[in-house]
Amino acid sequence: MKRRLPDPVEAVEVTPDLERRAERAERWRGFRLAVPAYVYLIVLFAVPLVLVGVYSFASRSRTGQPLLHDWNLDSVKRLADSAFLQIAWRSILLALLTTIICLVVAYPFSYYIATRSERTRNVLLVFVMIPFWSNFLVRTYAWKVLLGADGIFTRIGEALGLWGQLLFTMPAVLIGLIYGFLPFMVLPLYASIERLDWSLVEAARDLYATGPKAFRRVTLPLSRPGIIAGSILVFIPSLGAYVTPDILGGAKTTLLGNYIVNQFLAARNWPLGSSISMAIMIVMLLATVLYFRSGGRTL
Amino acid sequence: MTEAAVSLSSVVKRFGDVVAVDDVDLEIEDGEFFSLLGPSGCGKTTTLRMIAGLEYPTEGSIRIYGEEMGLRPPNKRPVNTVFQSYALFPHMTVADNIAFGLQMQKVAPAEIVERVANAIDLVRLTGKGDRRPGQLSGGQQQRVALARALVNRPKVLLLDEPLGALDLKLRQAMQLELKDLQARVGITFVYVTHDQEEALTMSDRIGVMSDGRLLQIGRPDHIYEKPANRFVAEFIGETNFIEGTVAGPGVVTLPDGSTVRAGTHSAVGTPVTLTLRPEKILLEAAGTAPGDWNTMEGTVKRRMYYGDSLYYEIDFGYTVVDARQENRPRIQRFSVGDRVTVLFDPAAAEALTE
Repeated sequence: MKRRLPDPVEAVEVTPDLERRAERAERWRGFRLAVPAYVYLIVLFAVPLVLVGVYSFASRSRTGQPLLHDWNLDSVKRLADSAFLQIAWRSILLALLTTIICLVVAYPFSYYIATRSERTRNVLLVFVMIPFWSNFLVRTYAWKVLLGADGIFTRIGEALGLWGQLLFTMPAVLIGLIYGFLPFMVLPLYASIERLDWSLVEAARDLYATGPKAFRRVTLPLSRPGIIAGSILVFIPSLGAYVTPDILGGAKTTLLGNYIVNQFLAARNWPLGSSISMAIMIVMLLATVLYFRSGGRTL
Repeated sequence: MTEAAVSLSSVVKRFGDVVAVDDVDLEIEDGEFFSLLGPSGCGKTTTLRMIAGLEYPTEGSIRIYGEEMGLRPPNKRPVNTVFQSYALFPHMTVADNIAFGLQMQKVAPAEIVERVANAIDLVRLTGKGDRRPGQLSGGQQQRVALARALVNRPKVLLLDEPLGALDLKLRQAMQLELKDLQARVGITFVYVTHDQEEALTMSDRIGVMSDGRLLQIGRPDHIYEKPANRFVAEFIGETNFIEGTVAGPGVVTLPDGSTVRAGTHSAVGTPVTLTLRPEKILLEAAGTAPGDWNTMEGTVKRRMYYGDSLYYEIDFGYTVVDARQENRPRIQRFSVGDRVTVLFDPAAAEALTE
């Protein structure tokens, strides 16, 4: 459609109707710009999501073919099985542990970065982001070597008499998860500490607070948005992690991510895999809603 | 003589190569309203922060009621600060903000409640205790910051440009309120400001700073009437500078060869700068000097009308002097080009050597 510019000499009377039409044209132009994104999201996100939701209530043929009739709640009910709950519990525990350790490690580090001069700060931030320059899968394989029988970690543990080979154990998965998600904790923490108004800490010190007290009463509560954002960014992917437990954890330590993959690929139980996926998503959504309710606005 | 509330001796503060505070000696008396006045970057805030313990001097010593502060941290000093941007804790209510210092000092909870309530009343914020700082106006936040500091009953209250963020009307009201508050609580106030009017109206004494150095300490009228050097004369109020040379005790020769009487103790032949405030000058058509007043003949170069006053620029050939005439009844007005006689009291003209 070709648009003709109105003749500039011609005075156009602005009527409410004309304004409304201009507004509508404006909206339509904005919408056209968003079309590629809409197509992408609908085809690759919304439709598959609906499919997964639908499959959650589907039944199976004897050969494991999902059947789109005989709708039932069997798969949903299986979420209460003790075997599944054990896996879920283990995954939640591991994700929690990952989040807590990331937080404890990242906070002092982020504080350190945020209190450096601007130049040092930028250099340190680049260091934090360097791992993103190579593929996550490749880096996880590197950990397989480090934690394996001949790996440096194993040797150190054996030399100290503290641990043997960690590969294919839960600690190996934990190390892998912490390694992978630490930057996601550091960056939001850094952002919130860097924003902090240091005169507030000075005010606390002036009002008889010791250094640690000022930290606990002022710095920590004011960096809470960063703590919450970082925790969500670490907890959610840890809970659904697949690559790390698959490569570093071996067969003994099935977690939610591997369990879902197994349902789809090995057990050929698509309805169960779907209902687990939906359940995890609902839990994560609830966690996110809680975060936004608690006053945080930035991720 | 009673012990000084705050005493600085030979205090120097360097940040790398920059000398922020340069060899400052200062005694602030008990119960005094003392202002540190100077342009931004003159070292006044750094001086205040050193008293608070938020910075430590590179050299010299700071005593508070005789006690050497040394490297004592801020939480162990008997002073409290009202910060420039108030620095109220945004995540606490007004009452919690005010209670903070008392909680840190482990005051009994019942006493905290009572003292916080009194402090809220003192700054006229009754009923606002449950609000967050973000819900208050600038003036109210200012008062919370005051209450938060005063509730601890510090021996010295440090105020860092506390009125800077307020608009003019509110600032003037708060000036009166602050002065009144200081009289009621009887605490020594050390007040940092770049606003000369604020310093003049509120202070018992003023210390004028520039480039890290303390140039003059004195009562407001003393600082204004008898400035120690050009910087002080120019920074506080408006003034005229007239170059001259000392010709004898209390006599200065001007560039045109005429002499005037002025306040000077310098040796004969010393080049000096006379400072003469525009409002100290009387203008008359014919020279009838009262007593020993100085007279100078000049021409009106320009006239500006300000409503309550008139400003004349009087040309003497070698210099131009501003004279201010109150717009009073029966005052004689002059026009551009008129010959006028400038009259001034020798006591109003200070001969400065720096």
